[in-house]
Amino acid sequence: MTLKKTPVYAMHLKYHGKMVDFGGWDLPVQYEGIIKEHHQVRSKAGLFDVSHMGEIDVKGEKSEEFLQHLVTNNVKKMINNQVQYTPMCYPNGGVVDDLLIYRYSTSHYLLVVNAANTAKDYEWIFENAFEGVTVKNVSADYVQLAIQGPLAQKILQKICDTDLEQIKYYYFLPEVHLAGISCLISRTGYTGEDGMEIYFAPEHAEKLWEAILQAGGNDITPIGLGARDSLRFEAKLPLYGQEMDADISPLEAGLGFFVKLDNDDFIGREALIRQKASKPGRVQVEFQMLERGIARSHYEVQKDGQKIGWVTSGAFAPSLDKNIGLALIDRKYAEDGGKLDIMIRSKPVKAQIGKGLFYQKKTRQKG
Amino acid sequence: MKIQEGLYYSVEHEWLRVEDDKAYVGITDFAQQHLGDIVFVELPELDEAVEAGGQIGVIESVKAVSSMFSPVSGTIIEVNEELENAPELLNEDPYGQHIAVIKMNNTADLDGLLNETQYSELCEKEEQGGE
Repeated sequence: MTLKKTPVYAMHLKYHGKMVDFGGWDLPVQYEGIIKEHHQVRSKAGLFDVSHMGEIDVKGEKSEEFLQHLVTNNVKKMINNQVQYTPMCYPNGGVVDDLLIYRYSTSHYLLVVNAANTAKDYEWIFENAFEGVTVKNVSADYVQLAIQGPLAQKILQKICDTDLEQIKYYYFLPEVHLAGISCLISRTGYTGEDGMEIYFAPEHAEKLWEAILQAGGNDITPIGLGARDSLRFEAKLPLYGQEMDADISPLEAGLGFFVKLDNDDFIGREALIRQKASKPGRVQVEFQMLERGIARSHYEVQKDGQKIGWVTSGAFAPSLDKNIGLALIDRKYAEDGGKLDIMIRSKPVKAQIGKGLFYQKKTRQKG
Repeated sequence: MKIQEGLYYSVEHEWLRVEDDKAYVGITDFAQQHLGDIVFVELPELDEAVEAGGQIGVIESVKAVSSMFSPVSGTIIEVNEELENAPELLNEDPYGQHIAVIKMNNTADLDGLLNETQYSELCEKEEQGGE
């Protein structure tokens, strides 16, 4: 199978990206090194090609009503130019995907979905669409770049015709010019740092990539998918397929904040109401390794020799300099300070449940 | 990518420095580059008997877990404990940091290993073949 290439591909080669097959996409796992890139984003700024993400356009008079039915968060609370994070569930409460919703108006929204789920999501959304709502997979119309880190805004401002300060956390402007190129810019991201995500037409991919790097000079470098994962993990941002999936509900995954059970009917609502009433049998916990070892996704978690769950994400956290993880475990063992055995290469390695073990996000407050 | 003269190499990208019946074993520059940032090393046990081709440790980078195999059979007589607290030394100085020292019980094991020219060819081939 030929790997798909994003419009930024030539730049990855130019900057010596170490290319890997990422869900069918030929993307850089790193340029100079994952840990170095991780610290670069936390201390200054980094530029990510995230064009593999999917974009789905929803249009029509009943769009707002339809999306309120489709996802678990309260879409009706959004205002124009606002962005919302939400899970999207099956009737049984399992998660189809987690996504961002951009509202242009109550009759036009842009959904940004996980790359590997784009086709599945499009089909699901299309099947469930209300009459008079048009759903279109517009992924090929957009390049998506993320600029993340404390210096992100300052760098972008140098090549921007609009004051970026006016874009509040989880808001966007649909038409801003960067280096003369028309872009949608939102104050969003997946790193736990302040920063922006930019969407624009593929033909400008290389030009804008270079313009951003030039504007940032020594303060910005390209960042690969390895650091994207370590940054999101360390800030406890969930990853579809690990923290939640078709068999893990948003309530189990600790995403209850984004599930508004008081909303009128939405797909999965009944199942989630039942689950909340009876309390889910499994819950997500944070843990820290007490003994030497790195917990990794899918490792079994045991208590007294019995399986009680598994690690959803686990890693060495570069900014915290410790080995931490998230696990989905049987509720009765989910007490603060409780000890767990993480099965690493068939051997139990001690870990301890805690709270606030992850990186304190430096994103702006909701404005 | 550096390849050091005077060492034996395995197809698993380990190097061996032989002093009489003692073999210092480490990972090559090629190996550390391909692993990326190394964040964890599990060393073999002292006095452990090892077979040629048997596992003698685990190296974890940010993204991946890799086993390390012994190119020769014998007994572990020394481990490089410094790596437990500073695994990144394997990235910084792969040929200066051994993982363990093995007292070989069959020096004929060395006959199956590569010299630097052969190893260099192997690396080139693997680079071209992609990952």
